[in-house]
Amino acid sequence: MKLFENIFKFNGGIQAETHKAISTAETIKKFGIPKKIILPLRQHIGRLAKINVNIGDYVLKGQLIANADGNVSAAIHAPTSGYIESIEKLPIPHPSGLPDFCVVIITDGKDTWVDKKPIDWKKIGYQKTVELLISSGIVGLGGATFPSHLKLTKKDHGAKLTTLIINAAECEPYITCDDMLMRERIDELIKGINLLHDFLEFEESIISIEDNKLDAIEKIKKAIINEKNISLKIVPTIYPSGDAKRLIYLTKGIKIPKNTRSSELGIQMFNVATIVAIYRFLEFGEPSLSRIITITGNIKKPRNYEVLFGTPLEEIITDAGGQKINNQTFIMGGPMMGFALPSIQVPVTKAMNCIISAETEMLKNDAPVLPCIRCARCAEACPVELQPQELYWFSKSKQLDKVEEYNLFDCIECGCCSYVCPSNIPLVQYYRFAKSEIIEERQHQEEANIARERNEFRLSRLEREKIERAERNAQRRAQTSSDEKSKLVEEKRKAIQEAMARVNKEGDNSL
Amino acid sequence: MISNQSPFVQDTTSVSYIMFLVLVALIPGILVHCFLFGYGILFNIITATITVLIAEYLILKARNYPVKPFLTDYSAIVTAWLLAVSIPSIAPWWIIVVGSLFSIIFAKHFYGGLGSNLFNPAMVGYAILLISFPAIMTKWPSAYASVSFGEELKLFFFGISNYDAIASATPLDYLKTELLLNKNIDQVLAEPIIKANPLIWVGIAYLLGGIFLIYKKIITWHLPLTYLLTLFLVASLFSLANPNNFAPFYYHLLNGGTFLAAFFIITDPVSGPTTPKGKIFFAFMVAMLVYLIRIFGGYPEGIAFAVIFMNICVPLIDKLSQPKVFGHD
Amino acid sequence: MLITIGVIIFLSLIIGVALGISAIKFKVDGDPIIEKIDSILPQTQCGQCGYPGCKPYATAIASGEADINQCPPGGDDGIHKLADLLGVDYKPLNEEHGVPKPKSVAIIDEKTCIGCTLCIQACPVDAILGSAKHMHTIIEKECTGCELCLPPCPVDCIDMVPIKETTENWKWKYPVHKLRVDERATP
Repeated sequence: MKLFENIFKFNGGIQAETHKAISTAETIKKFGIPKKIILPLRQHIGRLAKINVNIGDYVLKGQLIANADGNVSAAIHAPTSGYIESIEKLPIPHPSGLPDFCVVIITDGKDTWVDKKPIDWKKIGYQKTVELLISSGIVGLGGATFPSHLKLTKKDHGAKLTTLIINAAECEPYITCDDMLMRERIDELIKGINLLHDFLEFEESIISIEDNKLDAIEKIKKAIINEKNISLKIVPTIYPSGDAKRLIYLTKGIKIPKNTRSSELGIQMFNVATIVAIYRFLEFGEPSLSRIITITGNIKKPRNYEVLFGTPLEEIITDAGGQKINNQTFIMGGPMMGFALPSIQVPVTKAMNCIISAETEMLKNDAPVLPCIRCARCAEACPVELQPQELYWFSKSKQLDKVEEYNLFDCIECGCCSYVCPSNIPLVQYYRFAKSEIIEERQHQEEANIARERNEFRLSRLEREKIERAERNAQRRAQTSSDEKSKLVEEKRKAIQEAMARVNKEGDNSL
Repeated sequence: MISNQSPFVQDTTSVSYIMFLVLVALIPGILVHCFLFGYGILFNIITATITVLIAEYLILKARNYPVKPFLTDYSAIVTAWLLAVSIPSIAPWWIIVVGSLFSIIFAKHFYGGLGSNLFNPAMVGYAILLISFPAIMTKWPSAYASVSFGEELKLFFFGISNYDAIASATPLDYLKTELLLNKNIDQVLAEPIIKANPLIWVGIAYLLGGIFLIYKKIITWHLPLTYLLTLFLVASLFSLANPNNFAPFYYHLLNGGTFLAAFFIITDPVSGPTTPKGKIFFAFMVAMLVYLIRIFGGYPEGIAFAVIFMNICVPLIDKLSQPKVFGHD
Repeated sequence: MLITIGVIIFLSLIIGVALGISAIKFKVDGDPIIEKIDSILPQTQCGQCGYPGCKPYATAIASGEADINQCPPGGDDGIHKLADLLGVDYKPLNEEHGVPKPKSVAIIDEKTCIGCTLCIQACPVDAILGSAKHMHTIIEKECTGCELCLPPCPVDCIDMVPIKETTENWKWKYPVHKLRVDERATP
């Protein structure tokens, strides 16, 4: 062990009770095949996946049912074999409670695989492999669900990637899915790290883990004894150590500048579950079909489950014995950054790392929200070194330009400020509001710009057309003048004379 | 916790808890004061507390605010106690009532109540009293003057016209007057009223209370340390330059309410700056002003005016002292 | 006395020269005020303000001919911004010009459409596609919801449909607390 290892500690953060032991007593349980699978078409950041199956089709396990639409999007596969029953808008786990497009599969219980083949990336080469990974449906499984293929570059802005950091911090209270994965499937993780290390030609790979996961640390230490490429970095248990920029700072002492990706400085980070998913895809040809999810909190049999995507959450809750104290409230994600589900009639998605059955104290509503007393505890707790009390002031009064000036968009919404606030002000909720308000305003501005352009274009078109019409008319007039015109006049006169003569003649006859 | 949004867990620290700890930290100073100067200060505290609670209740009702959460946040009581310990312990009751009412009604609620006051309420009350009743406000009891409990009560309720039997000027006041009479610093400091004044023990008790607050993370080190350090430096500088006319630093640190101000008065969060750099600048300026007022001003102690003056500058200080955000150049 | 007068004259001279120099040095070229006003207007091009479009309205505001409260799609926010920009007092929306509505897009009922092209001529942003005798469609993304295509349609086949909230355009709401003691309790 190195004696004088550098310890970098970011500003603030909080040391909340972790409540991790609730769900680590039991092993990961493989949840069976449900009768019905509901697959939302957006389980990732980016554009809705494009369906390429029809109602009534029979699909096999691992079959691609929706393609990634463009680069920032992820594919979706059938998690088991069965018939496509419908494609419709159904409730999904989203804070709005609004429905979104889902593919419903009636499973046949046979779990028949498509023809899956391991991918020999060394043979087919880097480029081809990344193309295959786009169709793997793998997204960041730590909860951010950023399509992983976008991170599998060797270079970013000319900087060669040198360091792979494996995010095993899992800093949010209650969540233990990564912890349990490391305890039970350390081999797959280590193989996955080695694979990624070779694939993207990293120089070093570091597993960063919070010091409260003793069991997992033991397992990793044993597993990496003979691995010269992989090292272990134990970081203090301070929320939000698992935030990418914070963890990079804790691990390497490098502060990633504003508006910069870590890869531009040669560092790439993956969550442990994502690495295992990439490993299983390349090694066995298995796309992203399931994940480990923690069911914890106020529940009779808390534990981790391995669940197929699209499994109705209600069935898992029933399997876990239901709530201890019935309050019908479930939180998706951790207690610091998650949201209360509108209902449990929603499917499991790639983002669903943890479901907390709400504890009674989480529902307490009696603490009044007092005015801000400017104690600056929030500023002391802010891991981004913002001034939350100022941001709160400006968000509350909807001074959006001011709130941006105070760097609202650096806020990672970790919730530390709300956690420490003695006045119980839900600070981070104000920031979420202000952010979506600003984003909407920008969108409107963009739409207005397009409308202005189109209007200007139309006005200039009308102007042009008017000029052209005038020119055409003038031309016609010009052409018809001179000789032609006199000819016409002549003809007319002639015709009139003839007619007159005729009339006269007829007159004579009649007389 | 609120609605369907995170965070769903929260620290237990509340405004009431913070204010309660401030009250607790004041207790040693009050007890020492009691021991040395009699029970007068307790009368002050009780009167001030009752006055602010009634005033707060009535004004909350008048402003149509819910009463319970604001009465139980203890912030009004902190104001009351800070004002009470700043007022001489032999002052009559109406002084305390007038000061407390001013603090709560004018300095706090006219600005919008808890969290909205521009000025430190206790210091506004104190400044008003000092300007209006300078004679009463600068007469502190002589140390160890044997005043019976009955006499204390009589003083409290009726006041007296002749304080001389039991009262004397504070050391700061005394030094100032004597220096005007062209006396030498060493002569003045050697006189018993300054040399043997036990007020310093009260100061030390406040220092202990302040350290307790820093330990409990209710206040940060920035304000008190900068304040004391600046006062130390500027006093040393002046007395080095001219030891005959300027008192040495320990005199300035130990006298007046220096420790009370450092840990309890300039640390008022609502009217003070929030950024670390801002806190340092604020405390530095307050200390400079306090020293200037003590030496050159018309009043023996300048903390109230210094704090009120710097309170005006707080929005600007905060704006100009924004710390660097993570990852910004 | 003389000295005082002298000092004041001297001071006024210096300040006068300084002002004169800065007036030349920091001269602002042109007045982009019309562009600034135009960038605040919502570009709906609906003409509810009484002018044929947003730019003409902006020009009218700049020349003092029109008031700042004649734009219903811009709403209260828009009026506040204009008031800030021009340094004038905020005025509530003049309801003679209409009331703010939720943002909508026009949808053509393609079964009823007879392909007369009248709506195409009315659309200020060329957001309607189609040719004579063929039914028309609206490019939803480009539609500003100005409603100018409604009156010319001889068969009333155009409907204004408010934009629905989806998971994509959904946004976080202003926080509401069950017990907000920092706000006045309702008597």
